[in-house]
Amino acid sequence: MTRDEITSGLAEILEEVAGVNPDDVAEEKSFTDDLDVDSLSMVEVVVAAEEKFGVKIPDNEVQNLKTVGDAVTYIESNA
Amino acid sequence: MTGSRILAFGHYQPSRVLTNDDLAQIVDTNDEWIRDRVGIATRRIADSETVADMAGFAAEKALANAGLTPADIDLVVVATCSSVDRSPNVACRVAAKLGINAPGAYDLNTACSGFSYALGTVDHAIRAGAARNALVIGAEKLSDFTDWTDRSTCIIFGDGAGAAVVTAAAEDEAPGVGPVIWGSVPEKSDAVRIEGWRPYIAQEGQQVFRWATTALAPLALQACERAGVAPEDIAAFVPHQANARIIDGIAKRLGMPQAVVAKDIVESGNTSAASVPLALSKLIERREVPSGAPVLLFGFGGGLTYAGQVVRCP
Repeated sequence: MTRDEITSGLAEILEEVAGVNPDDVAEEKSFTDDLDVDSLSMVEVVVAAEEKFGVKIPDNEVQNLKTVGDAVTYIESNA
Repeated sequence: MTGSRILAFGHYQPSRVLTNDDLAQIVDTNDEWIRDRVGIATRRIADSETVADMAGFAAEKALANAGLTPADIDLVVVATCSSVDRSPNVACRVAAKLGINAPGAYDLNTACSGFSYALGTVDHAIRAGAARNALVIGAEKLSDFTDWTDRSTCIIFGDGAGAAVVTAAAEDEAPGVGPVIWGSVPEKSDAVRIEGWRPYIAQEGQQVFRWATTALAPLALQACERAGVAPEDIAAFVPHQANARIIDGIAKRLGMPQAVVAKDIVESGNTSAASVPLALSKLIERREVPSGAPVLLFGFGGGLTYAGQVVRCP
């Protein structure tokens, strides 16, 4: 899976879970500051991403995923 | 072995209403943020009442609704994690207030899952012949343990009590309290805490949210299966009132579109072990659940612990 494919997969999840416009999703965007994803919605994103990408994202890793790019990198190296 | 059934519920909430606007006066928060994050509009705060006072008032109402007198009661179990006194326990204080003579009386602390745990132990006691008519009470005064300078927790909690009268079912009668599914997650013991001397409530919100919205629905469905009730026949789902988004998350995974889902959190906040009986008592009072209908109870919280069962609505 390429980084672009992971990003567009995350965009689908973000739209479904938090109503984020997929056009706004890019690697440099911060979940909290740019996309307005609150801490509980972030958990829903993580749970959905685990299912979609077949990856384990433990509780203590969630706080390190500040930007979409952080999440893409984590998924790319752990899937 | 005869089962048990619930005869009636009763509840008590203190009179003082604390609104989100009130909280905005003491910490940096606002009504929209609180409603969006936790789904709470108001909570009740006890000024003079103790945990035992609130438990006693709820128990009196439940007894009156059941048509029983204190003399009929031979077991009192109180689920609470916020009673300040070590001894006497709240159950003995309730028995003294109501004039119940020599009941078995003990408190049980599994934090927010307490009511379903207590109901499970009472069902077992009745099945074993150790009790015939019991009071099961969830009562909390969380305001005693709230850090009013911490905006992440002080918006959540409230005070109150709910009580049920449970009696032995007739020999030819189907049990009205289904088998309890209970357990704990000891490796997540840091997720919700009221620790130390003069403690405050603290929690890891994301960790709790994730556990609650992913792990609990399958356990709640087990409770339905053990009771022999199909999920689509459940008339009401009464989970611990932790956070409206947790309630929505669990309800979505349960797949019970027909069930009334208790949302007392909006007006009462999170009252820990009191929340399940409080919410169900109010649903019954408003006639939102028909008598005899199967209701799924499910508590979860600090420990982490969980417990739930299907009961027949009194």
